[in-house]
Amino acid sequence: MNEIAATLAARALRIGRRIISRPRIDMPLALGLLALALIGLTVLFSASNLDKGMVAGQAMRFLAGAALLVAVSRIPPSLLRAWTPWFYVLAVLLLVVVKVLGEGQGAHRWLDIGVIRFQPSELMKLAMPMMIAWYLHPRPLPPRWRDVLVTCVLIALPAYLIFKQPDLGTALLVAASGVFVVFLAGLQWWKLGAAIAGLGVAAPVAWHWHFMHGYQRQRILTFLHPDRDPLGSGWHILQSMIAVGSGGLLGKGFNHGTQSKLEFLPEHTTDFIFAVLGEEFGLIGVLLLLAMYAFIVARCLWIAANARDTWSRLVAGAFALAFMVYVIVNGGMITGLLPVVGVPLPLVSYGGTSAITLLTGFGVVMSIHAHKKWTP
Amino acid sequence: MNDHRELPDERLRRARFARRALAGFAIMLAMVLAVAGRFVYLQVYEHAEYSTQAKANRVRLRHLPPPRGLIYDSEGKLLADNVPAFRLDVVPDKVRHMDAMLHRLSMLVPLTPDDIRRFKQSLRQYRSFESVPLKFRLTESERDRFAIDQWQFPSVSITPYLTRNYPYGAEFAHVLGYVGRIDEKEQQRLDPDLYAGTTHVGKTGLEKEYENLLHGSPGYEVVEVNADQRPLRVLQQVAAKPGKNLYLTIDERLQRATYKAFDGQTGAAVAIDPRNGDVLAMVTVPSFDPNLFVNGISQADYSALLDNPEKPLLDRAMRGGYPPGSTVKPFLGLGGLELGLRKPADTVLSTGTWYIPGSSRGYRDDTRYGAGRVNLVQAITQSVNTYFYSLAYQMGIGRFDQWMSKFGFGRPTGIDLPDETGGVLPSPGWKRATFDKPWYPGETVIAGIGQGYWMVTPLQMAHALTVLADGGVSRTPHLLAATSDGLKAPEVAYPQAPPVQITHAPADLEAVKQGMLGVVYDKLGTAYGLGDGFPYLIAGKTGTAERYSRTTNAYNNDKNLAYLAKRHRAWFICYAPANHPRIAIAVALEHGAWGGSAAAPIARKMLDQWLADTPPAQRPPLPVTAVAGSPPSSVRGTP
Repeated sequence: MNEIAATLAARALRIGRRIISRPRIDMPLALGLLALALIGLTVLFSASNLDKGMVAGQAMRFLAGAALLVAVSRIPPSLLRAWTPWFYVLAVLLLVVVKVLGEGQGAHRWLDIGVIRFQPSELMKLAMPMMIAWYLHPRPLPPRWRDVLVTCVLIALPAYLIFKQPDLGTALLVAASGVFVVFLAGLQWWKLGAAIAGLGVAAPVAWHWHFMHGYQRQRILTFLHPDRDPLGSGWHILQSMIAVGSGGLLGKGFNHGTQSKLEFLPEHTTDFIFAVLGEEFGLIGVLLLLAMYAFIVARCLWIAANARDTWSRLVAGAFALAFMVYVIVNGGMITGLLPVVGVPLPLVSYGGTSAITLLTGFGVVMSIHAHKKWTP
Repeated sequence: MNDHRELPDERLRRARFARRALAGFAIMLAMVLAVAGRFVYLQVYEHAEYSTQAKANRVRLRHLPPPRGLIYDSEGKLLADNVPAFRLDVVPDKVRHMDAMLHRLSMLVPLTPDDIRRFKQSLRQYRSFESVPLKFRLTESERDRFAIDQWQFPSVSITPYLTRNYPYGAEFAHVLGYVGRIDEKEQQRLDPDLYAGTTHVGKTGLEKEYENLLHGSPGYEVVEVNADQRPLRVLQQVAAKPGKNLYLTIDERLQRATYKAFDGQTGAAVAIDPRNGDVLAMVTVPSFDPNLFVNGISQADYSALLDNPEKPLLDRAMRGGYPPGSTVKPFLGLGGLELGLRKPADTVLSTGTWYIPGSSRGYRDDTRYGAGRVNLVQAITQSVNTYFYSLAYQMGIGRFDQWMSKFGFGRPTGIDLPDETGGVLPSPGWKRATFDKPWYPGETVIAGIGQGYWMVTPLQMAHALTVLADGGVSRTPHLLAATSDGLKAPEVAYPQAPPVQITHAPADLEAVKQGMLGVVYDKLGTAYGLGDGFPYLIAGKTGTAERYSRTTNAYNNDKNLAYLAKRHRAWFICYAPANHPRIAIAVALEHGAWGGSAAAPIARKMLDQWLADTPPAQRPPLPVTAVAGSPPSSVRGTP
């Protein structure tokens, strides 16, 4: 027994040494993510009213995510690419399971498997670009109409499942991450324009057919007229704008945000944590955070551009663009630019699945970076 | 794989991807800049606006209503105080379905239909984000039950407050009045700054009269609240300035003794110190419990008060008008002397009936065959109508009206109470204005014995009597003696209207006084025996006014007291000690058979109480009365 343990320990040690001595990690990206995670924990500490347990829990999730990141970064992209269809099918199946198991509850987004609860829709944020890239990479690019049609189906299926959860925001973002692959694959601008125009026509139709849930329609109406019902659904937007606006240039200081402390700001540890940051750290803090995100995205795109194969490029690029979109949507939501859709601020909002999935995604990017010199 | 074989294509793909990646990044950057621009807009340009909103969110101004001033009697006994209580407040803005919420709430705290009706009325008075009182004076168990389930009612809160309490209840109800919830009309009239946070206002009596003294001025608290409006801490506090405490001229013991002396008979009594106009007692019977009104009287209680035939809500002491009957005789007699129409020794022959010269309509004496020849003193003592018929006739209604109005008849005395009535002093002008009819000489004749159109309130009568008692000086009766800013603050005397000398003839006043002493001490006096055992001389006058005028010439011999009580109103007025008057009393009974027998004993009980209340050191010197049955020689009238 001891021998086996010793062998295992020696092996783990060897692997650890190899990771350190021959890093597969892109240091600028890693440092950016670390800084982001630290900012996230700081803001969460304040937003949770100095709840150490909550911050420790989130830190644990970050560590788990980091471990996954390192692990995934060791896997060659060719292998990841080969697993992609299975990953995608698994994620779709999980969505179906959630749909079936969650029957009877208001919104079923969560899957409870004993120790961990997670949202399969978050998993899809990663599975989607991987899958579309997998489908497109052996085919002539820019994609032909036929291929676009297939990708459309591949995008629409999980997006629809998520939309019916119901989670309009995530559905749109998941779909966007697929669309980004097609965009990066070089689909002609006019075709892209046509597709978007088609969507523009479809939206009112969906509205008309009562395709949307009442609360989804309500959210959009509220977004259009936030003052209509200041204590109802307009409350979120209004209080969030008050939080951000009252923060001013320099903010009210750590733990001094009245809007979040006094519970005026709803969901202030999750979807609205950006407003807490805006209130306590002001415009300076907001711009610093946005710059941080932009840097991470730029770095990912740089890695993508230098990747050796099409799949890697498309996955890393689409993931980076989708990541940026989460930030934009969340920022737009809390400042009243966009309707309230439950989209967390990546790596800052409290929540495990999102953080772990994102870090895993960065693990894929790291792997692409580490293996760019090798023949896949 | 493909990549190796298609290297040129691969390079092309790479270049294309780089272009697309750059384009994608550019689009993202543009969108990030748009979001950043939005942050700049909110945090720089709109900062001031949102800052204000955040403060308004977080900070609530809570009004601190001032504690209402307390009311004390002349001896410092508390007549109206504030006791701590709890009420339920509702913020209508936070209620989605008011009726459903009230229904659920009523399971915990019983809400009567009255409560709900009143609450819905007050909903209109408040702005929807303000707390509207729902139920006052919660019991301890109501409070406990609500506290447990309070979380289910985010719109409802328990608010401690001070509620008015009248420890003596009915005995002081008409004098003190009561406070009640501010109604819609009052809301519009009251200064909103001064009454911010105040729920009650003086409705009647002294509470209404001195509202501006009693109210005080509100303070406020700046409170930090959370999104549920639950206060977290007080940031700043400006204390309310309590209302002034009032010290009354009323003597609680005399007031209560008077109330007791009526023993439930309908009527009123007023006692005034002739030296200064201090009202010592002012009683109306029946009365009511003012505490019922403070937090909203129930419909049932209110109906009971309204339906009571004796009208307990009517303040008879200053709003009950009764024909004064023979109590006007001393005043008229004095007028006869002052106007030079009579001398004290002049006599009039009373034969039982008096006729206006040249007319056959007869005006009767109380005794069938008259009292014979009587002078002024005897006329007052025995209440001989004929003397005053002829005097009034001689005086004429013009001079009669003018003279009597000097005593304040026919107009409010100006006491510091709201809604006093002025009664009626009959005159041709008044009759013309009221009935549009001419004046008849016969009406002058009956006015001479306080009948006809006459209406006098007990307060007016007591006030007029103080003029006789205090050498012809008229003083405005008043209840408020002094005020103070707080328990420890010194009392400050309340300024009173200056006295007015209305007659300067001590000899004439003395003659009238002799007549009034005769009423009590002469064997023929209408209240003979009343002074028995009382150490000081009492000068009095009875009055018995008919409620209905005579319809036949036949003599009605029914002497049954209960029967007479239905037909008569009984008066007794007196002051004492006759030589150093300290108290002037007017007692009116709505259903008294005779002034001497029904009303006078009440006055005597009041005098006894007054004596008991006056410490020996403060009593006037004693030329005491004679023993019963042998009146002092000075009061014996000329035969």
